[in-house]
Amino acid sequence: MSTGYQLKMRVWRGDADSGALGDYAVEVSEGEVVLDALHRLQATQAGDLAIRWNCKAGKCGSCSAEINGKPRLLCMTRLSDFDPAETITVTPMRAFPVIRDLVTDVSYNYEKARELPGVELGPRDADGKRRMMQVDVERGQEFRKCIECFLCQDTCHVVRDHDDNKPAFAGPRFFLRYAELDMHPLDIRDRRDTARDAAGIGLCNITKCCTEVCPEGIKITDNAIIPMKERVADRKHDPLVWLGNKIGLRNKDNDGRTAT
Amino acid sequence: MSTMGSRHPMTGNEMSGEAPGGIERRQYDVVVIGAGGSGLRAAIAAHEAGANVAVVCKSLLGKAHTVMAEGGAAAAMGNLYPEDNWQVHFRDTMRGGKMLNNWRMAQLHAQEAPERVMELEDWGALFDRTADGLISQRDFGGHRYARLAHIGDRTGLEMIRTLQQRLVALGIDVFMECTVTDLLLSRSEAGDNAIAGAFAYWRESGRFIVFDAPSVVLATGGFGKAWKVTSNSWEYTGDGHALALRAGATLINMEFVQFHPTGMVWPPSVKGLLVTESVRGDGGILKNSEGKRFMFDHIPEYFRKETAESIEEADRWYDDKKNNRRPPELLPRDEVARAINAEIKAGRGSPHGGVFLDIASRRTPEFIRKRLPSMYHQFKELADVDITAEPMEIGPTCHYAMGGIEVDPETELSVVPGLYAVGECSGGMHGSNRLGGNSLSDLIVFGRRAGDAAASYAAGLASRPQISDDDVAAAQASALAPFEVEGAENPYTIQQDLQQAMNDLVGIIREGAELERALEEVDRLKERAARMSVEGNRQYNPGWHLAIDLRNMLLVGECVAKAALAREESRGGHTRNDHPGPNPEWGSKNLVLRLNAEGTGVDMTEQAIPAMPDELKKFFEE
Repeated sequence: MSTGYQLKMRVWRGDADSGALGDYAVEVSEGEVVLDALHRLQATQAGDLAIRWNCKAGKCGSCSAEINGKPRLLCMTRLSDFDPAETITVTPMRAFPVIRDLVTDVSYNYEKARELPGVELGPRDADGKRRMMQVDVERGQEFRKCIECFLCQDTCHVVRDHDDNKPAFAGPRFFLRYAELDMHPLDIRDRRDTARDAAGIGLCNITKCCTEVCPEGIKITDNAIIPMKERVADRKHDPLVWLGNKIGLRNKDNDGRTAT
Repeated sequence: MSTMGSRHPMTGNEMSGEAPGGIERRQYDVVVIGAGGSGLRAAIAAHEAGANVAVVCKSLLGKAHTVMAEGGAAAAMGNLYPEDNWQVHFRDTMRGGKMLNNWRMAQLHAQEAPERVMELEDWGALFDRTADGLISQRDFGGHRYARLAHIGDRTGLEMIRTLQQRLVALGIDVFMECTVTDLLLSRSEAGDNAIAGAFAYWRESGRFIVFDAPSVVLATGGFGKAWKVTSNSWEYTGDGHALALRAGATLINMEFVQFHPTGMVWPPSVKGLLVTESVRGDGGILKNSEGKRFMFDHIPEYFRKETAESIEEADRWYDDKKNNRRPPELLPRDEVARAINAEIKAGRGSPHGGVFLDIASRRTPEFIRKRLPSMYHQFKELADVDITAEPMEIGPTCHYAMGGIEVDPETELSVVPGLYAVGECSGGMHGSNRLGGNSLSDLIVFGRRAGDAAASYAAGLASRPQISDDDVAAAQASALAPFEVEGAENPYTIQQDLQQAMNDLVGIIREGAELERALEEVDRLKERAARMSVEGNRQYNPGWHLAIDLRNMLLVGECVAKAALAREESRGGHTRNDHPGPNPEWGSKNLVLRLNAEGTGVDMTEQAIPAMPDELKKFFEE
């Protein structure tokens, strides 16, 4: 059953200052993924090759990189997707600064996470429990499948090609989080102003690149960003809302939530 | 990261040239090592108790092994079965562990799990719901009632994300990709050493950092990476177990290693990867190559009264639990894993050396995709198998360490003042075998208790323990040792040899002679590890990281083999071919391991298990 062959790989080696693609040949066998090939390289030819990985099961979102230029998880990319004669090129995520080899500094994402107003629920029911219907939690559950691989952030051209947009733009992963909290059946905080101002949701022009690379298949653009953009626009462009805010009569939305 | 100022926002990694020896120094009340469920819960509790807290973790925040947990968190909330309560959960847990559990931990766990789970909901977790809108509860092996709070089959991800988001909201400092290599003690002349801090390196730069802290909570998880076929991630190298031993703490239950019955067996690259027990909880059955539902042939006497006798009774149970007994596929994990192993050995295995797990012929494709989305995805993507249309091939995989640091049940304090342990790296709670679902609830119940206790101990100290410069210098020399050797052994090769030895000699079925060989093999590997060398520099160098982790794996491997050789009986996650069946004498004692005087290996003693009070004993009278 084993159909081993010599895989030709080009792997980016280097650090923040400089680097280049290195050529390797490594023995691989049936059913393996790109991360297996890199691990074998590490164990036999390049003991110090830096790779970030944890679960090797597509569940933790650590091993994000670019394979032949496409943002992918190394552990979920099967070698059988490629012709055995083909050379596979592996480079670090382009939108983030390189630390070493395939490892990038993804701190941008952790900074954005800190800027986001967290969940805020009202009190529990009288019996100490909370009640939510399955149909009402399912929208949020889709978004909470996110494994924080940051491939959507990597591919989003708002920051991929324009590093200077980063301070004003939280990126698809966090629009997902805004939408999740906005759709939480028991959350009482209004995050629409924050989504527009601090997170810069208006910069997204819905090209759906993020949805295409999501390894969890989350419909980021259709199910999260577009509805969130609509909610933000409602608040901004409703003249009554605008007047109410202006003269201080209105500081809550129609669902009774306070603006942050 | 309130106290980190202008340092690197993720790693905190801006080095000050003024720091003596270039070693960064940080002061905290409580340092939590590990950022899985128990570490994060401990950090939140300590912060809420008023302590200044740091979390130090080997990976990025949110990537710890807890994300791999699938099935759910066991908590007797009674949302589906009002008959369920902490007493029933307590009884199930003790019987699952074959009565070797620390009874007080099992009791606290059963009592406090429901509130800890509901707290996660307060912090944003979106559990699946019952028809009434309450938190749903799922069936699992060894649990009398449907009791696992869950989110599809990705409950661990939900738990870690919820706790991570809570941690961020509270502004607790996190040191990511930072590995602790030694605990530092304040040494008194009387020999009563207490925790004074921890020594670590930044993976990004290879630079060192010292934490001054009177309380350290170990939350480092297990040690499955010492075995070849495992469901565990690279981080699971027994760090907390080894750090504790070297600091003077004791380990118990080390002979008990849980082999999960259902790991993937094909393709080879994912061999060992977990297939959740929820597949069986939701109706999946096990079949051998003859198409036989073989678990009915493997029902042990101990569980006969509560297990279905016929296929008809088993199938009725899913809808009518009152009048039918549990299917044998839902026996505790040790029983199922042994049965699968026996079928494979008898030549009734599947083409790739496992058995068949079939849900396709039992439930609709819609049901399977809804209840088991990540299993569907995992098999489709990695094995080209559609689990809604064909059976899975599965076999046992090294999954969980019952053994760990011996702690006080109320506070999770080890025998070393200031050193606490929670989650998988602690011992006692699960006895000789852990029930599925009891791990996620264990993390949050004891995480909170340890965080509270660690904060209160730090607040009550009249003066701070001091770290000695000699200890820091020694820790540094020890961490750098692999760079001093040139052209010798490659750490990757030594790890592979250890994994093979543990797999072959300290596996699911054990034998005295093989365990003796395992101990000899570990000795040889220790000698080779002393001559190990690494290439490259200190910056993000995985070869160096492995060289450091390998010392921990070797020490832990020795503990497991030594205790397994001594325990001449079969119980839970410890099966001896040469000593079949449980022995009541062994059922009343633990094996305790501590570092030997030379610091080169471990010594072992026997110790009576704590006696259960009479009012709890009555739950076990039949």
